[in-house]
Amino acid sequence: MKHFRETGVVDLDTLIKMGYIPEETRLRAGPVAIYECVEEIPCNVCVFSCPFNAVSKNRITDLPRIDFSRCTGCGVCVGRCPGLAVFVIDISKEGNIGYVTLPHELLPAPSKNDEVVLLDREGREVGRGVVTRVYRDKVTRSWVVTVSVPKDLVMAVRAIKVIK
Amino acid sequence: MKDRRIYTHPILDFKRGKEITIFFEGRPIRAFEGESLAAAIYGAGVDVFRLSPSLKRPRAVFCMVGKCGSCIVRVNGIPARSCVTPAEENMRVERISDLPEASKYEKRLINEELETDVLIVGGGPAGMASAEVLCGTDLNVVLADDQIRLGGQLIKQTHIFFGSKELFAGKRGFEIAEEYASKLSKCPNLRVLSRTTVIGVFKEGIVAVSDDATYLIKPKYVVVAAGAYENHLVFENNDLPGVMGAGGAQTLMNVWGVKPGNEVLVVGSGNVGLIISYQLLQAGAEVKAVIEALPRIGGWFVHAAKIRRYGVPILTSHTILGVNGAERVEEAIVAQVDEKWNVVEGTEKSFKVDTVLLAVGLTPNTDLVRQFGVAMKYIPELGGLVPLRTQYMETSVENVFIAGDLAAIEEATTAFIEGWIAGYSILIKTYGEKEEYLTKRENLLKMLHEYRSAPVSEKVRKSWNLSLLTGGVAK
Repeated sequence: MKHFRETGVVDLDTLIKMGYIPEETRLRAGPVAIYECVEEIPCNVCVFSCPFNAVSKNRITDLPRIDFSRCTGCGVCVGRCPGLAVFVIDISKEGNIGYVTLPHELLPAPSKNDEVVLLDREGREVGRGVVTRVYRDKVTRSWVVTVSVPKDLVMAVRAIKVIK
Repeated sequence: MKDRRIYTHPILDFKRGKEITIFFEGRPIRAFEGESLAAAIYGAGVDVFRLSPSLKRPRAVFCMVGKCGSCIVRVNGIPARSCVTPAEENMRVERISDLPEASKYEKRLINEELETDVLIVGGGPAGMASAEVLCGTDLNVVLADDQIRLGGQLIKQTHIFFGSKELFAGKRGFEIAEEYASKLSKCPNLRVLSRTTVIGVFKEGIVAVSDDATYLIKPKYVVVAAGAYENHLVFENNDLPGVMGAGGAQTLMNVWGVKPGNEVLVVGSGNVGLIISYQLLQAGAEVKAVIEALPRIGGWFVHAAKIRRYGVPILTSHTILGVNGAERVEEAIVAQVDEKWNVVEGTEKSFKVDTVLLAVGLTPNTDLVRQFGVAMKYIPELGGLVPLRTQYMETSVENVFIAGDLAAIEEATTAFIEGWIAGYSILIKTYGEKEEYLTKRENLLKMLHEYRSAPVSEKVRKSWNLSLLTGGVAK
């Protein structure tokens, strides 16, 4: 796999190495934030936005550290991250359906129950999902959208295309 | 003729003025009062604004901020840069196919002499930051800005800013500009001269010109915060309408609500190239590809990821060879380059696009500051020829300060910090070394240092000292 600085696409191994992927037991316990913030950006929006103090940085240019025991998967950081680099995944429900919460800033506007095209990190269509929750962040006005996806795609789906 | 207006946008609400009619080559065009005339003409589907004086090649908008002259037209008989001219009812606009005529200008005299404590040149983040620090003191401040709206390039930034809480993190650029414009409008000791270009330094003072007045300004202190120019690139037919600066396209799209094109190729994968690509998607355009001559993406990964996940390819080790089209770009030819920047034969690809945006860097705008006779140095890592300055932003000419992109090509956040530092330096020179000012200035220096400690700022961080004046003029 080519380096993400050549492709603009990050792979799971890199995210694991950076400590962004929680243990299996935590993943199964409930929704949790997955950060794809892989460069030392001088930014701490996630740190001061988190209502549960689950995100920390020593220096502003450090990579964020997520305390998965504190993270509730509430999704506030999804709507606030300037890099649109945070997602919440949820594989805690029985059955084959998982959920991905992602930031969205394109038209048409997503609404609850919309069927949407699921896109991966390279914009490939990997399936169809349904919007189960959507709101506009009150600070950034980005939409924060939760979509149902096949459970095995929660680590792949990173965008949606709303068809209207 | 195509209507290029954007009527719905996921983030922006375009606050347009009263609907009016203007005439382009005799043809009525719908426009909105107070908007950029160039945006109105382009928005109505016009591709050719003028013809070049000698070869009569078509010209249209390029920079959209009054720097390039590509959009000069005759407005009610008088040559004007249409991008920085506000549209008015019944304006008659004509193409120019020759050099503009000087005889149409009235003889200009100095209308007003302004004795002031501080002159700030430029209403972008750096200039506004200096004004903010000086606001509410008993210093008289004049801020001259050559644009229709205050805020510099912030007004077209729709992305959310990185940074820390005290540095606007989490806000979008245009929101910061709006906040500042409103804050500064309430400032009792500040006079803003908008749409006013500071043209030169003379024996008697500094001359600034607007459409209806010429000022002779005599300041004690000057902060030059004139920003930067967008770079152009050499390739075949690079002057064809549809080839635009990425910044120019942002102004069209995000300030005036006019789509630059429908099918776009973006040249350059620095943050500007990546961000404009995302903004084009938001405006409903299709981005065919982003090309990058280096083997790696230039900007932040997160900005690249934002467009990759909507399927926009980023072609590294690629360059643009040329564009083709009659009166506007219809095709762009790109090819692969090897590690020595040579084009790899047989790799030429054609993209059917109507627009090519250049995001290939910026050059510090030192046109004015050089007239003061400040010491300059060529430092490629900082963007080219830059003024030397103390760490408190004073140049080699006492009481002449700089801040922002003309000091080094960086970003809005560092421009703000430098503007504040320049402001405090003026306060310290005026009121003496007060504890409060000194502490604030030292904290800002620390903040600047911390901000530049990011790996991506390595180039600027390492070269920063090269433009440092030793001996320190300001304390």
